[in-house]
Amino acid sequence: MTLNTFKSVLFSALFLAISFAGYATEDSDNKDDKEFDANEMIMHHVKDAYGMHIITFNEGKEDEHHISIPLPVILWTENGLTTFMSSEFHHDYSGQVVVEKNGGRFVNVHEKIYQLNDGESVVSYDAEHHPVNAKMPLDFSITRNVFMMWVSFTILLLIFLTAARHYKKSENNIPKGIASFVEPLVVFVRDEIGKPMIGEHKYKKYMPYLLTVFFFIWINNIFGLIPFFNGANLSGNIAFTLTLAFVTFIITTFSGNKNYWKHIFWMPGVPVPMKIFLMPIEIIGMFTKPISLMIRLFANITAGHIIILALYSLIFIFKTEFMGFVSVPFALFIGIIEIIVTAIQAYIFTVLSALYFGMATEEAHH
Amino acid sequence: MELIKPGFGLVFWTLITFSILLFILRKFAWKPILGAVEEREDGIKNALASAEKARKEMENLHADNERILKEARTERETMLKEARDIKAKMIADAKDEAQAQASKMIEQAQAAIESEKKSAMAELKNHVAGLSLDIAEKVVRQELSNKDKQLELVESMLGEAKLN
Repeated sequence: MTLNTFKSVLFSALFLAISFAGYATEDSDNKDDKEFDANEMIMHHVKDAYGMHIITFNEGKEDEHHISIPLPVILWTENGLTTFMSSEFHHDYSGQVVVEKNGGRFVNVHEKIYQLNDGESVVSYDAEHHPVNAKMPLDFSITRNVFMMWVSFTILLLIFLTAARHYKKSENNIPKGIASFVEPLVVFVRDEIGKPMIGEHKYKKYMPYLLTVFFFIWINNIFGLIPFFNGANLSGNIAFTLTLAFVTFIITTFSGNKNYWKHIFWMPGVPVPMKIFLMPIEIIGMFTKPISLMIRLFANITAGHIIILALYSLIFIFKTEFMGFVSVPFALFIGIIEIIVTAIQAYIFTVLSALYFGMATEEAHH
Repeated sequence: MELIKPGFGLVFWTLITFSILLFILRKFAWKPILGAVEEREDGIKNALASAEKARKEMENLHADNERILKEARTERETMLKEARDIKAKMIADAKDEAQAQASKMIEQAQAAIESEKKSAMAELKNHVAGLSLDIAEKVVRQELSNKDKQLELVESMLGEAKLN
């Protein structure tokens, strides 16, 4: 199909859908559906959750039931470690189901667990819907993001340990099977990221980190796009990107040589007033670099999820399935872009990390 | 905004999971894979270098052969030239010698002829002198006896001398 026919099909579908939408909304006023809240739906999907929810049958009706994988909730309260399965909330995240464990009462308010204050049995909210009679315990729960992280952990180990074993078995180090798939990627990270960014002599020390972070981010970006996992949005979670950016920051700071610190505190080659002026800027720069890493990955991945979910929400906002003719092609288009973005964002995070390591280890050449 | 508030639990688990992943992959995946790739690359580099070296050697050998051939050719030429020169010289020498020899022989012959001639002349002179003396004696004797006879004698004697 040429681009022009594709365009005309797309626009006629759009036109049809909009005209049907106008027709369909006319007689849907008397339906007693509860109002669809796109914002809530999107946020619920993008954020972390205590269980792996897969599907809901007969939603909003008497015999509503859910299929989901329960995951352990691990809390550190003043009574010590408290654990129970997420299924004890019965898929409630509105704070109605109270779980009593280890002398504490716990509720799930929008996928955050609160411990009710002593003597309270029902959670009450302030004007902004924040619980007022409850506090948040230290939460080590295996949420769906942690669960997906472990799935990706296992898959990464399977892929790369198998690949490594191929090399041990084969003579002449000729890659076979999965190794021949993995090798170009590893060589790409080494030749296009490690060597040019850090330099021929020092890149070897940083290769394990760069390779691990590249594949860890990439595979989690991909898992975030698979609908079955209910968009476990690990790499679009700021806690995840914060941790990886923090590791990059630590490595950069600890591998900084004399030249690196000199450039921060006493910039060579400029007059003294300029040196004093540049010092605070460079010190701030030390921190803005990892912070930009954190925000870039988080924002890109989350934005992709939000766009796709918002496109699907159009169907429910217009209350017509014909909106699908618009939503599905656009969501598919964004989905394809997102598949590219998974690799691009992993690449960018790794390149910038390598660049920071390169700056930290660069020798003076004046 | 809850979206940008990092949850402590996820930070904790990410840090632990990532550290373990880094440790395991570094030891059991990246090291063997990168090691194998580097080893192979070194192998290829070495193979290429040795091929290049062999090519250079071949080239050198070829150049050597060419040079030797050229040298041989020039040598042959000089040798031929020398031989030709020697031949010409020998011929010239032989010619000169022969000439010298010939002229020497001629000279000797001339000298011999000269000396022969001289001796012949001397002998002839002696002979003539003897004859003259004989004639003179006979004439004188004839004179002494008969004048006619004397004249006759002289005349016959002269005829005899002429015959000699």
